[in-house]
Amino acid sequence: MIPTDLAGDTRRRAIDRGIGICMTGAAATSVVISFAIIAVLFRDAIGFLSSVDFGALSNSIWSPRLGRFGILSPVLGTVWVTLIAALVAGPIGLASAVFLSEYANPRVRRIIKPIIEVLASIPSVVIGYFAIRFIAPELVMRLFPGSPGKNLMVAGLGVGLLTIPLMTSVAEDALRAVPQSLREASYGLGAKKVTTVTRVVVPAAVSGLVAGMILSISRAIGETMVVFLAAGGTGARPTTPLDGGLTITSAMASVASGTDNVAGVGNAFQSIFFLGLLLFLITLSLNVVADRFVRRVRQKY
Amino acid sequence: MSIDTTQTAPRPTPPTAPASASQAVSTQIESRRRDLASSAFQLMLIASLMIVLAALLATLASVAPGGLEVLRSRGVADFIQRPFSIRPQQTGVYQGIVGTVTSALIVTLVAFPLGLASAIWIEEYAGDTRISRLINVVIRNLAGVPAIVYGLLGYAIFVAGPFKSITGGRSVLSAGLTLSVLVLPIVIITSAEAIRAVPSSLRDGGYAMGATRWQVTRTLVLPNAIGGILTGTILGLARALGEAAPLILIGAKQSGFSAGNWGDLTGDFTALPVLISDWPTRPVSQWDGVTQALILVTLVIILGINAAGIVLRNRFTDKD
Repeated sequence: MIPTDLAGDTRRRAIDRGIGICMTGAAATSVVISFAIIAVLFRDAIGFLSSVDFGALSNSIWSPRLGRFGILSPVLGTVWVTLIAALVAGPIGLASAVFLSEYANPRVRRIIKPIIEVLASIPSVVIGYFAIRFIAPELVMRLFPGSPGKNLMVAGLGVGLLTIPLMTSVAEDALRAVPQSLREASYGLGAKKVTTVTRVVVPAAVSGLVAGMILSISRAIGETMVVFLAAGGTGARPTTPLDGGLTITSAMASVASGTDNVAGVGNAFQSIFFLGLLLFLITLSLNVVADRFVRRVRQKY
Repeated sequence: MSIDTTQTAPRPTPPTAPASASQAVSTQIESRRRDLASSAFQLMLIASLMIVLAALLATLASVAPGGLEVLRSRGVADFIQRPFSIRPQQTGVYQGIVGTVTSALIVTLVAFPLGLASAIWIEEYAGDTRISRLINVVIRNLAGVPAIVYGLLGYAIFVAGPFKSITGGRSVLSAGLTLSVLVLPIVIITSAEAIRAVPSSLRDGGYAMGATRWQVTRTLVLPNAIGGILTGTILGLARALGEAAPLILIGAKQSGFSAGNWGDLTGDFTALPVLISDWPTRPVSQWDGVTQALILVTLVIILGINAAGIVLRNRFTDKD
């Protein structure tokens, strides 16, 4: 049989080139989407800012429908919710990760990992329901009698529960990336398991653990539905986490879910683009920092 | 394994060392006080894990009894076939299921091909150029953008923007497209990982036979990566279907509408998570039962899709 010279087959090469162009186009959509997000956010945020005077932003109340844009209310609410969520998800997520990576035998891991994945796949709005029906009456109102049924603490605990799986999985990856030789060297010096874990493995994985913490915080800041349901949604500036309040995200959802849906007074709806821009910039910078930490782990080992 | 033996095996004492010194060392190492610290530490780890498991169980338990009761007394078929009603005894989740299933189909049709093509470009076509590195960074950062920001994007582009005449504004089509944009980075990242895991010797073999890049991709790379690609898509889909925030931003109906039938791509719509965000705000004594039933129906759909993805992934990773 005489082999055909395929190199000169124009049809075959044309198909290859055509497909290459399609793939490039598909990949370019992501870039287009990014630029669209940035363009949309800046366009409407600037539109909003030019329609209000800056004095309105320092109002003590966030209530866009009444033309009061006290930006500090949602920002402080976000700080409280994120802080509580980090205090929940950080230690619990880290401890779970240490157990899974250093203590659990493969059989236990095979049972526990899917369970944590189930928790990760429960929609956040369901966690929000859990927060108002369980966390609020059974935990927060018992520990702090007299607090309102919906407050930033309830929302923070719910968001913390939601971010535990993320913290666990990033932390576990970081711990497992620590080379076995470090553990063996520690054991060789006569160290016990607990010493090895706390003095060798965890310090060696610290950049990955920090990355997990930052990613969890970023996720907590961007979480909407738990806070929307459980924080109360009042626009006054919160002073303690037991006050009702709102966050940047839940303030956006509140404006969009009013009875007249999106039409508000004048620039009320545009205000959520301003909040969105703020949220985007905060989470983006956190993610960039986290990415840097993740890459440091990869370079090290 | 080797760790455990080093830990528990009796430590050999050098024959020349005085007995008292080696004894001191061994008591120092194996003293009861130290063991107490070890067990306390381990107990703390297990306790943390137990908190996670208990929270998960409590979440499921908070919706199971009331939800099952409603589903049993009303019948599952009745509950999922009735449209929204202002009366809790008659309300159903029909429109929510229509919205969620329709947007799932749109996400599959839009995000899967687009994401797969992007992943193929990144791994097989792009090489390590400045542009491909830029696209990689962009996609990684897109994956971290909060869902609600995608809602703003969807509003500005599909609802009020240039595509309004096609999508009809606040419609299930806008919702599906917004969710597609939301999961696109996840689909790309997981598909690219699956493609990267295909050994390069396979590709080299293909090229050595004179195959073009597309022929290598289609006949060698994709069949070997398809498991990981499907898993990523399925898990991304499950994530998209649980999102309420972006749909609220693009104007999903929360109450008081009668539209939302199958095939109505451009009219008013809602989705299961959006209903879950609304029903708990209604009078608890009357609405709590149906709210729990609604959550149960949603969890069955979303956890079902997730379970399929996880089973698929385990099957494909076990093989290696």
